[in-house]
Amino acid sequence: MRGNNVMGIIFSNLHENLISQLTELRTMGAVPFGGRYRLIDFPLSNMVNSGINKVGVITKSNYQSLTDHLGAGKAWDLSRQRNGLFILPPFMDPADYANRVKTFNAIMPFLKNSSEEYVVISDCDVICNIDFQKVFEKHLENNADITVVYKRDQLPAKIQNPTVFSFDNKGRVNDVLVDPAISGSCSFYLNIMLIKRELLMELVNKCIGKNTMSFKRDIIQAEYKNLNMYGYEFKGFSPVITTVSDYFNANMSLKNPDVRADLFNSERPIYTKVRDDMPTKYGLGSKVSNSLIGNGCNIEGEVDNCVLFKGVHIGKGTKVSNCVIMQDTKVGANCNLSYVIVDKDVIIRDGKTLAGQPSYPVYISKLSVV
Amino acid sequence: MYPKQEVVAMLLAGGQGSRLGVLTQKLAKPAVPFGGKYRIIDFPLSNCVNSGIEAVGVLTQYQPLVLNEYIGSGQPWDLDSMNSGVRVLSPYQQIKGTDWYKGTANAIYQNINYIDRYNPDYVVILSGDHIYKMDYSKMIAFHKENNADCTIAVIDVPLAEASRFGIMNTNPDGSIYEFEEKPEHPKSTNASMGIYVFSWNKLRKYLIEDEDTVGSEHDFGKDVLPKMLDDGQRMFAYQFQGYWKDVGTIDSLWESNMDLLDPNVPLDLSDESWKIYSRNPVVPPQYIAESADVQNSMIADGCDISGSVDFSVLFSNVVVKPGAVVQDSIIMPGCVIEEGAVVQYAIVSENTVIGKNAVIGARPEDIEDKDKWGIAVIGDNLKIGAGAKVAPKEMIAKDIEEVK
Repeated sequence: MRGNNVMGIIFSNLHENLISQLTELRTMGAVPFGGRYRLIDFPLSNMVNSGINKVGVITKSNYQSLTDHLGAGKAWDLSRQRNGLFILPPFMDPADYANRVKTFNAIMPFLKNSSEEYVVISDCDVICNIDFQKVFEKHLENNADITVVYKRDQLPAKIQNPTVFSFDNKGRVNDVLVDPAISGSCSFYLNIMLIKRELLMELVNKCIGKNTMSFKRDIIQAEYKNLNMYGYEFKGFSPVITTVSDYFNANMSLKNPDVRADLFNSERPIYTKVRDDMPTKYGLGSKVSNSLIGNGCNIEGEVDNCVLFKGVHIGKGTKVSNCVIMQDTKVGANCNLSYVIVDKDVIIRDGKTLAGQPSYPVYISKLSVV
Repeated sequence: MYPKQEVVAMLLAGGQGSRLGVLTQKLAKPAVPFGGKYRIIDFPLSNCVNSGIEAVGVLTQYQPLVLNEYIGSGQPWDLDSMNSGVRVLSPYQQIKGTDWYKGTANAIYQNINYIDRYNPDYVVILSGDHIYKMDYSKMIAFHKENNADCTIAVIDVPLAEASRFGIMNTNPDGSIYEFEEKPEHPKSTNASMGIYVFSWNKLRKYLIEDEDTVGSEHDFGKDVLPKMLDDGQRMFAYQFQGYWKDVGTIDSLWESNMDLLDPNVPLDLSDESWKIYSRNPVVPPQYIAESADVQNSMIADGCDISGSVDFSVLFSNVVVKPGAVVQDSIIMPGCVIEEGAVVQYAIVSENTVIGKNAVIGARPEDIEDKDKWGIAVIGDNLKIGAGAKVAPKEMIAKDIEEVK
């Protein structure tokens, strides 16, 4: 794919309402994940690792933390003379980005001015390490107009407008259901698609002309019969974040070595903004087990089954278990935390006890003092 | 046309560091990994940036590949500006012939052109083998205040150790009246830190003179500074307070890493106002398994720890398998310590595999003959076979076969 003919578009804003606490002060793509990443790092790194060197990032509101994170795209090798990273906020009116079809229409100049033949489209709600090169090869092999990436699994409970496919024996889509009442395993859309750029523009223009505004219903569902639409099954680790609980579980699943080997594949590394933290310090008398820990932490207490982000402090005599603690949060001495998601820059004073339940982790918002 | 820079820093990074043995076989001393994620050169480079110095020349000569690649465009230190930033300066061919850098002063002499284009008032000479955090702008302010020609940073060392250093004897006003190189009976405890500030017009003149002096070794300490003193130039000692360590030997390199684990040592790398920048590997966070026991250690991203780690510094991507023991040791990036291996008082260089049940080094209390004790050192990219034994103080440069 290098030197190539494919560009990327990432929707960093969609699905925010599903995890409204975590996205109160940031856009979906900027939600911290896995000890040092933000959700957008995954689609962005996947694109870069597949040889894509032009990526447009759609963002609608609350995007300061996203632009701070992305900068000029240096960390993803997207700070380039030719192509690179394009951040695409609404031109003037956020209503231009009211839905996916309108958004594509609003960025039509960007699409028009590009010369790449194909576009990979991705959201930030699926955490995975996918090789788009393989999707691309399949796409060419099938002589497809559109290749949709899907996963075979139970539908995530809170997923919005799930799109479920069925295929003929050659893998071509022969039915599309949007928001069906379905139980059991099915092939559902991961909001990742490979499409010809000009076809995308054409389909969007058609929708705008007819004032039909659902990308899933009016493009995928309405057009699959007229187009060569094929599926690509992604079988790797790929949780869909539709609830805070999903978010918590996806973080926790990183303790599994197979999941880490899959998601952090060293051939296709996940890039993120660099912070120049020192290595993590484990104090005398500290006790850490089965936990994923970012750089720059200072641990003097007990940490068990946790994900700690960069720069977290755990005081003496404190016990944290089954927690996700985001960057630079300071937990004082003699605290007791279990099943808690603590956002960034929180201060938890000495001697506090906070407990959630495995099915319902407690969430402490950014910059709180407890 | 280059915009004027008031200060240009010149970092001497060409030294082999032969006392570090296998650790500097393939790289120059300033590129030796330090402190879990840094290389030694990160300290002077970060000090420059944090002190507001924007033009830094790095003089390389011995094994420059790793160092060149590491410095790259200078971006991690914010030294990739349009007209300034870091430049790697290696010896080059000239019309009159080809020379290596013959000495520290000659290395600067050969790069007068580089310095001149910034038309600086002051030049700071630094070396790439010390671990410290220092605000050079304060030293330059001191230099200006005294209207000095040369200012030498000094640190107070214990009298017993003073004979290992270059000692600056000063008048009450801080001006230097005498140098003593490693004196048997030191008159003071002001040891030179190898950090000099010069007024560029003066230094320029002395470098050109020194170049033509027959018999000169073209060295700052041996030739240029004594000559300036003899000529009655204004030379001052700038007293530095804080942590400073020359990491030119295995013992001092080991000690300085261990100092990071001691909360009483004033070398805080978490200080937001004086960050030490480095090139960061792209790796996931570290994972500490259920079977792990980590005490008083520093561990970097990408490590996977299932064994016991005690009083140690682990660089990125180190794997410590279940039942392995790492104590009082420094393990550089990408090493694997297999099941049951015991590593004590050792430095293991990059990407080396310590086989199952191998024993590397020993604790001093477990050795009867104290003269035989020392830090064991294992070179990079080696395979130490299962069950092999490496005695304390040994330095290993080749693979060791499995012992059955």
